[in-house]
Amino acid sequence: MFIKNGYLDIDELGERMPSEERFERGPVAILECIQQIPCNPCQDACSRGAILPFQSINDTPTIDMDKCNGCGNCISACPGLAIFVVWKNYNLESSLIKLPLELLPFPEEGDSVELMNRKGEKVGIGKVIKIQKTKQNPKSRVIWVEVPKKLAMEVRHISRSNNHDK
Amino acid sequence: MRIDCDVLIIGGGPAGLCAARSLLGTGLNVLILERDPFLGGQLLKQTHMFFGSKEQYAGTRGFEIGQILTREVQASPNVTVMLETVASGYYPEENFILALEKEKKLYQIYFKKVIVATGASEKSLLFEGNDLPGIYGAGAVQTLMNMYGVMPGQDIIMIGSGNIGLIVSYQLLQAGVKVKAILEAAPTVGGYFVHAAKVRRMGIPIFTQTTVKRALGQNALEAVEIVNLDSKWQYVAGTERKWSCDTLCLAVGLSPMSELLWQFQCEMRYVSELGGYVAKRNAIMQTTHPDVYIAGDVSGVEEASSAMLEGTIAGFAAAKALHKMLDSVDQVIQNSQKFLDEMHRGPIGEKIRNGLAKVEVDVCL
Amino acid sequence: MRIKEHPIIDYQKGKTVTFTFDGVPYEGFDDEPIAVALYANGIKTLSYSLKYHRPRGIFCCIGNCSSCLMKVNGIPNVRTCTQRIEQGMVIETQGKGVKK
Ligand SMILES: Cc1cc2nc3c(=O)[nH]c(=O)nc-3n(C[C@H](O)[C@H](O)[C@H](O)COP(=O)(O)OP(=O)(O)OC[C@H]3O[C@@H](n4cnc5c(N)ncnc54)[C@H](O)[C@@H]3O)c2cc1C
Ligand code: SF4
Ligand code: SF4
Repeated sequence: MFIKNGYLDIDELGERMPSEERFERGPVAILECIQQIPCNPCQDACSRGAILPFQSINDTPTIDMDKCNGCGNCISACPGLAIFVVWKNYNLESSLIKLPLELLPFPEEGDSVELMNRKGEKVGIGKVIKIQKTKQNPKSRVIWVEVPKKLAMEVRHISRSNNHDK
Repeated sequence: MRIDCDVLIIGGGPAGLCAARSLLGTGLNVLILERDPFLGGQLLKQTHMFFGSKEQYAGTRGFEIGQILTREVQASPNVTVMLETVASGYYPEENFILALEKEKKLYQIYFKKVIVATGASEKSLLFEGNDLPGIYGAGAVQTLMNMYGVMPGQDIIMIGSGNIGLIVSYQLLQAGVKVKAILEAAPTVGGYFVHAAKVRRMGIPIFTQTTVKRALGQNALEAVEIVNLDSKWQYVAGTERKWSCDTLCLAVGLSPMSELLWQFQCEMRYVSELGGYVAKRNAIMQTTHPDVYIAGDVSGVEEASSAMLEGTIAGFAAAKALHKMLDSVDQVIQNSQKFLDEMHRGPIGEKIRNGLAKVEVDVCL
Repeated sequence: MRIKEHPIIDYQKGKTVTFTFDGVPYEGFDDEPIAVALYANGIKTLSYSLKYHRPRGIFCCIGNCSSCLMKVNGIPNVRTCTQRIEQGMVIETQGKGVKK
């Protein structure tokens, strides 16, 4: 249970979990925000209107996965760092994950990095494909990381492999 | 020295600054007292993007919100700011606030209305050795690392998994300090899930039903003995274990700094949901003393978003009471009240709603 | 120890000043409180309690508690977490050597 452990189990994602059919069609945002809290900046972050307007500030966000193209612009707008983009079929063997990062040292494109799951366990090695900066939030980065396909719904954080003891 | 003002605001955090902002352009003579050398209060120590509603700058980093508000207030001709000045007491016989500037100069400050926005102070925890150097409140850790760029330690254990414990743990990681674990006495994580998820995936474990029993060390903290708690919050015998650490950070809650309100003889009530003793108030943040308004954490420990809304309401209410009516003042107050109600509506707001039910009265005076 | 690099904050430092702590010279910045400058130099124990002679460090660091009182330029009970450090200040541990 998320409330006991501080991390969620995949089935707690409920409707926020894209279908296999949606994954087939390309990258999509997953909003791992499942508790009603007074927070709403994400609702204006998507210029495609894929994150639906809130009725109340305490709503959990709802996403229209048909409108979402996985651009990742919403990621750095979320103070909870709770939005990820998963491109499951990035290529035959791997998936691509876009995740937020506000920790130094920022990796460089091409770096190989340790992959961490929601519990902070190291589950593999991945490769940084791209580093995205946004205007509205210049201090944080959105990292595009290539991961083994079976880890697409596991990996949620990276750490530079040469200083993983820090 | 004697100073006269129309509205005195005590405390230059988000609540006090928003109160001042409501009074811009009213022609009223407004004075802010702030004991720190800068305005912004708690906001200045927050490196994370804030929660809440975008109208209250959610998504902007705390210290940047502080800078925005400070600029707005400082640019205004009818607001005077006195920094490094503590409001140290109220003298009812003559009806002034005694203020001390830079530990040297004394002022008697006469006012028509006063808005108390002094914030909250940190609670401590009772255990053997809790006075050793190396044991700090979460606020001290934030002050050291986020204001002054000094590492509070190398190897930290955090007590408390409320939002503050979770966020400060995250800030410690950003500063390059190792956080060994977060201990939580309750059976569940106290703060928002998204904050917990952040620190978990970065490798900080959270142990629920666990607390610190003893702190050990000669001249400073060297280790702590931790222990499991049962469902009645009692130590489980035999589960004690010793963990080394050089810093223990206590994030076990805040209580309103309401000393001045006692001196004003406002009717006070102990409300655990709001953090301690708070003054009774009506919907426009006026206490049972007709000239005294409250806003922010001193009126009940909550969030910057609500502090800003309460400050806004209190500021407009004071303007109205002094007949500096903007045409839309009632409308503006109502809008802020609506926002505040909306924020308190969800399950997280339940505790606050229960607390407010005990101190909110329909009319004061 | 000072934080060298931070992902979010650009620290603005004041002028470097030198001061002494229990006779030993140290450096700090003139816009930081005494206790912070001591911390940056690894000094955590600021005073000893009157009765039981227990070591004391900062607790709140915003001037609410009295855990950081020290002798500054000969004046006892100075709240070092808010009082800023100045060039040439003489800082002393308070209550050192007091018998139990
Ligand atoms: C780690 C942490 C994370 C947080 N994260 C969030 C978040 O994400 N979103 C959110 O909405 N809120 C957050 N908050 C809460 C928020 O910071 C506070 O609720 C808010 O700052 C309260 O505002 P305030 O103006 O009432 O008090 P403060 O900000 O505490 O300001 C009070 C001011 O009054 C001054 N003062 C006190 N007494 C006197 C006196 N006698 N004379 C003169 N001046 C005096 C103080 O120096 C201070 O500057 C967080 C708090 C912490 C500690
Ligand atoms: S990933 Fe892009 S399209 Fe999808 S919700 Fe976020 S901002 Fe909108
Ligand atoms: S901004 Fe992030 S944390 Fe806030 S409601 Fe949206 S997804 Fe949740």
